Amino acid sequence: MDTFTAASPRSLWKWAVQTARLCCGVPDYDVYVKHLREHHPERRVPSYGEFFRERQEARYRGTGGRCC
Amino acid sequence: MHSAIPKPSPAGKILWAAIAIVGAWCLGVVALRRGEPINAIWLVTASIAVFLIGYRFYSRFIASRVLQLDPSRATPSVLRNDGLDYVPTDKWVVFGHHFAAIAGAGPLVGPVLAAQMGYLPGMLWILVGVVFAGAVQDFMILGLSLRRDGRSLGHMLREELGEVPGVIAMVGVLVLMMIVLAVLALVVVKALTHSPWGTFTVAATIPIALLMGVYLRYIRPGRILEVSIIGLVLLLGSIWYGKTVNDTPALAALFDFDAKALAWWLIGYGFFASVLPVWLLLAPRDYLSTFLKIGTIALLALAIFLAAPTLQMPAVTQFIDGTGPVFQGNLFPFLFITIACGAVSGWHSIIASGTTPKLLANEGEARMVGYGGMLMEAFVAIMALIAASSLHPGVYFAMNSPGALVGTTVQDAAAAISQWGFVVTPAELTDTAKNIGESTILGRAGGAPTLAVGMAQLLHGIMPGENMMALWYHYAILFEALFILTTVDAGTRVGRFMIQELAGMAYAPLKKTDSWVSNVLATVICVGLWGYFLYQGAVDPLGGINTLWPLFGIANQMLAAIALMLATVVVVKLKRERYVLVPAVPAAWLVICTLTAGWQKLFDAKISFTAAANKYAEAAAANKLLPPAKTADEMQRIITNNRVDMALTGLFMLLVLTMLFFSLRAIVRAWRANHATAHEEPYVALSSVAQ
Repeated sequence: MDTFTAASPRSLWKWAVQTARLCCGVPDYDVYVKHLREHHPERRVPSYGEFFRERQEARYRGTGGRCC
Repeated sequence: MHSAIPKPSPAGKILWAAIAIVGAWCLGVVALRRGEPINAIWLVTASIAVFLIGYRFYSRFIASRVLQLDPSRATPSVLRNDGLDYVPTDKWVVFGHHFAAIAGAGPLVGPVLAAQMGYLPGMLWILVGVVFAGAVQDFMILGLSLRRDGRSLGHMLREELGEVPGVIAMVGVLVLMMIVLAVLALVVVKALTHSPWGTFTVAATIPIALLMGVYLRYIRPGRILEVSIIGLVLLLGSIWYGKTVNDTPALAALFDFDAKALAWWLIGYGFFASVLPVWLLLAPRDYLSTFLKIGTIALLALAIFLAAPTLQMPAVTQFIDGTGPVFQGNLFPFLFITIACGAVSGWHSIIASGTTPKLLANEGEARMVGYGGMLMEAFVAIMALIAASSLHPGVYFAMNSPGALVGTTVQDAAAAISQWGFVVTPAELTDTAKNIGESTILGRAGGAPTLAVGMAQLLHGIMPGENMMALWYHYAILFEALFILTTVDAGTRVGRFMIQELAGMAYAPLKKTDSWVSNVLATVICVGLWGYFLYQGAVDPLGGINTLWPLFGIANQMLAAIALMLATVVVVKLKRERYVLVPAVPAAWLVICTLTAGWQKLFDAKISFTAAANKYAEAAAANKLLPPAKTADEMQRIITNNRVDMALTGLFMLLVLTMLFFSLRAIVRAWRANHATAHEEPYVALSSVAQ
């Protein structure tokens, strides 16, 4: 949940990457890892590759995520 | 208990008064200046002013009074944070994601078709429609879902209206989806018929996507940006090589298909693509088309701002009387059916109750994402309208009129269209085709090719160069085809799940999504359903779009009506009856439009499916053949197709009426109750869970 205190080029780039990935159904990996560490320390942290695969499958599993 | 709307500062008042004056002035110019062509910048400025005012005043009113959004209340993403589906996310990221999910081919097609009535009716409907109906629907459904753990539209309908209307709405969504897939696939067929260049580039996307899929899975897992750049370079290469294919007769013959053959290819493709693993074909193409879509919309905006084209289409044409060649029917109700996406699109209610409510970190941000996101889509629709209206009207009508009305040679077409008052010479039509690297521009209805020519001319005006126009044209066609094929593929999967869920209600084992037999069965049914309508469009006497687009519009507006009726029911259930008109007026308008359009498509003497079926049936009984049928069998097929369309129209009308009945019943009950009866989740303070 980053807020952009200053629109520096770096934060803009991070915004672009995060948005682009989310548009493809892949949420932020770092946020997920942080969430796991804080709330489920007993679970194994998946690699980015594993995380990506799981999200890719999940995107097309259920209801429609796009418009005509 | 509603939050007070803060009083604006004097500087703020002056600013908004200035925006209102500029907007009113530009609208006045657009609406009242007759006889001389006007510049597109007037439309752009008027639209932006209307959007700003609608956002600043109306969406704020809805947020604070009707939905009573509360920034201190915890959202589903905070309460159920799992780092995957429910993730509190920055509002600009959510906005980008939401816009990418709602903006598709729809807002690019409808306004182009509606341009046959001139640019003014379409523009006014987009502006009024989005502010009072489309954005209201998206925003309110998002707001309702936010208060219900991010539940889906179907789930909310079952909770607030009952099980039966929930299932009925689900059937409606499924049928709508089949029509969407068929009509979008038909747009691709129309664009690629006898176009080796276009067909080659679109076919090339399949191996490119497969390559990307393997790369993303095994070589560099999860590197989306990298692989998308590789894909884009290969795509541009295929557009460039397409010219060689087109100019080499032996190669061109391999990619030269008629409409029927292309329809069969697409049906076969739809089946195989949707049973392959997602990582191999669907996902990589989805990434490409998402980025290409955003890039192309940005390019279109840039082209319009830089080129500032003069609109060649009149503000209002004679075709508001219902005799237009692109689609038949009077301005009311058919304008409001033809432009769905961009003004109000029922499909958005599924997205606004899908991923987006699970990402918002704060209720207060729903206004920008829900209402603001839809305003952006309306802007895309305005740009598509501008691109179509900046074409020579003669060229526009040549591309979009069925061969049955204007003939199939440039001489006949030019003569027929000139007679309508849009003077054009056969040479102008041939030259346009030559410039874009095609053999003909006749019979290319469906919006995509028209928009592509419009875009190509605008971009060519900014960056001239030999052969550049043909490259731009095929780039635009490729973008739309790529995007539509992704929708066909993903939509077939979603349709399959819906069929399995519905079939599972009757026979439980069919519900198993891990069973190969039930998967393949449901996929065959799904592809069969949209494939039927696609093939029907390919052999249709009026070219297909003319017949199928109204069905699509009726279905899409039907879903919007259902979503707005749900919003109305909930407002009453929350005992906020004084604000009931906010969702009820657009809901009533859409009910009136869909029912009137449905009625005319069933009973009108000129434009109904019934009239068409009877005309062919009478001819068949007298052993006569009417074009384009060449055999008695084909005559029979046209009759059957029109009867199927009649049944479908009747089904949509019945659906709207049933949902209207259930909504009214729920409203009466809630109105009588002396306490709030909506199924909201209890209030949890954000401060008590914030991390």
